[in-house]
Amino acid sequence: MNARTHMPKKYPSGAEVHSPAFIDGHSVAIPILKILKEDGTLYPSADLPELDQAKAEKVYRAFAFHRVLDERMIAAQRQGRISFYMTALGEEATTVGGAAALEPQDMIMAQYREQGCLIYRGFSLEDFMNQMFSNEKDLGKGRQMPIHYGSNELNYMTISSPLGTQIPQAAGYAYGQKLQGKDAVTLCMFGEGAASEGDFHAGLNMAAVHQAPVIFFCRNNGYAISTPSDEQYVGNGIASRGVGYGMKTIRIDGNDVLAVMKAMQLARSYALEHQAPVLIEAMSYRLGAHSTSDDPSGYRSKEEEAKWQAHDPIARFKTWLINQKWWDDARDKTLYESLREEILAAVKVAEKVAKPPVEDLVTDVYDQVPKHLEKQLTDLKEHINKYPEAYPFTAGRF
Amino acid sequence: MAQMNLLQAINNALDIAMAEDDSTLCFGEDVGHFGGVFRATSGLQEKYGKARCFNTPLAEQGIVGFANGLAAQGSRPVAEIQFADYIFPAFDQIVNESAKFRYRSGNEFNVGRLTIRTPYGGGIAGGLYHSQSPEAYFAHTPGLKIVVPRNPYQAKGLLLASIRDDNPVIFFEPKRLYRASVGEVPEDDYQLPIGKAEVISQGSDITLLGWGAQMEVIEKAAELAANEGISCELIDLRSILPWDVETVAQSVMKTGRLLISHEASITGGFAGEVAATIQDECFLHLESPIARVCGVDTPYPLSLEKEHMADHLKIFEAIKRSVHY
Repeated sequence: MNARTHMPKKYPSGAEVHSPAFIDGHSVAIPILKILKEDGTLYPSADLPELDQAKAEKVYRAFAFHRVLDERMIAAQRQGRISFYMTALGEEATTVGGAAALEPQDMIMAQYREQGCLIYRGFSLEDFMNQMFSNEKDLGKGRQMPIHYGSNELNYMTISSPLGTQIPQAAGYAYGQKLQGKDAVTLCMFGEGAASEGDFHAGLNMAAVHQAPVIFFCRNNGYAISTPSDEQYVGNGIASRGVGYGMKTIRIDGNDVLAVMKAMQLARSYALEHQAPVLIEAMSYRLGAHSTSDDPSGYRSKEEEAKWQAHDPIARFKTWLINQKWWDDARDKTLYESLREEILAAVKVAEKVAKPPVEDLVTDVYDQVPKHLEKQLTDLKEHINKYPEAYPFTAGRF
Repeated sequence: MAQMNLLQAINNALDIAMAEDDSTLCFGEDVGHFGGVFRATSGLQEKYGKARCFNTPLAEQGIVGFANGLAAQGSRPVAEIQFADYIFPAFDQIVNESAKFRYRSGNEFNVGRLTIRTPYGGGIAGGLYHSQSPEAYFAHTPGLKIVVPRNPYQAKGLLLASIRDDNPVIFFEPKRLYRASVGEVPEDDYQLPIGKAEVISQGSDITLLGWGAQMEVIEKAAELAANEGISCELIDLRSILPWDVETVAQSVMKTGRLLISHEASITGGFAGEVAATIQDECFLHLESPIARVCGVDTPYPLSLEKEHMADHLKIFEAIKRSVHY
């Protein structure tokens, strides 16, 4: 049999040439979608997302909540009240805008800096606080570092610290949705640093080959901890990889929430209609530190940061809302003031809630507590009873 | 009852699992039309379609990551890693993700429906990278279950139990026995318990403990010992995690001696864990130190395979040393 008859249909082919001509990533032309200008006006003839006043206000309220939450929690960490925090300063449009373009039944599988999605979906202030103070009301039962949120009810997959592991999982999750005929897609968020991990390549390839309705959303924010993106990858950003994996790809201004929503709305309908993956690369900038354990002054200049301050996605959107007569400065002031008070009060409540009971140490390792863990718990309780002062969170509670 | 080899028993279990639940999927490298390198998934794609039984790209971390996502979504993935030696690229997805999904989320999400099947072990002239027995690496990770069958009957009953278990299970298949081990296997559905060891034969002088393909080697050594008048009690552990301390301890209290044998290298191997626990449980009943007969602490060689392996003669000698201590 002729081997050529076994050639798959999509085996690469092209015009024949007879003198060599290399191509590289930079020669792949990838335009960037911008809808809202820095001054809060629209680009002429820009293609707007579906957005009414109620939704626009919901997006803006999420922005404000996000800003105040980040500001207050950084302060709480500095005061030693929580162990760790990560802000999303400067990148809020990617996450809030991303979630705003989805339906509630769509799964979100994020990296760690995407609390904007949860805010938009209505994760309560108490839920945020309980997680960060790892108390007994935390949905995750106080097992993970602050900011590792998760909510089954809100279809927000619990965050995992190892970088990029959610990427192939999102492909699998979306494939399951597809097989079961669900009217839903999966949004998978990650940074450009995570795109260096093997999981990224395995995940995109799996999704492309098996045509899973997943939206891969790269927040290209310029830094992976202290490593600038030009030391993270070469070639035409992360979008060029989407093209390489054969999926619909778009690059957008990640500080333009209207561009984020427009691209996400189109991506969702494409993924759903064609049951296939999409890659979005949102160009943004991490204005804040990587985490409370990081100090960006060691690796970038104040001038660089100041330049990006001017690209603040929230200020840009606010100006547009005011131009639309959908918002005003008085309402803005009231909103921020009340958020500051609410969040401060919530911190005070959450830090007084008890830590999880000692039984939570051994539950959820398996569906049921196995014998060896039961025995270890019994031994542990006996020990705690002997030295109650050494274990103040759990002693006297069983 | 039908005569089946170990591969046929596994294929039969997968067939039953896919027939009973539309959300059960089988996938991995070459698993689709070809049926996998060992043909464990033969005929499943024809029967259940390309959407439920399919080839994946050659990316182990992708296979297990994809499977984790499917399981979290509510599907029942049975992922195949072509050789246990190649499970390591997926190590992060298994130990950091599969094993911790339920715990880290406070049971908001879990991947309990996941099963990973993979052929392990030596004796097939597979050399360095087609002979490893990596169970001990995973035994150190709470949240997983680890199951190793010794023959076709066990393989079918334990695989069905693994697929239906509401925890992620790694199912190590003794590939040396894939075609070599043939036995009576009921064609109907049945399950064997996970976490329960099986006492294969009663004895009074020493307890011999192992799992998977090593049970055949242990049985041979027990026969040699019987010829010298030594009565061995044989136990197949069947599940490495969790493992059946009670059955092993009861046996050791009766015989006063314990020998553990596995293919993997001795240092840090699971025999060490068993020895420490049984020493704790049975200290005053022991007539001699707990013996371990395992692989040499080298990577698995091609040409000196026999020398490397914990064979029946090495076990036989260790039995005599223990009994005459």
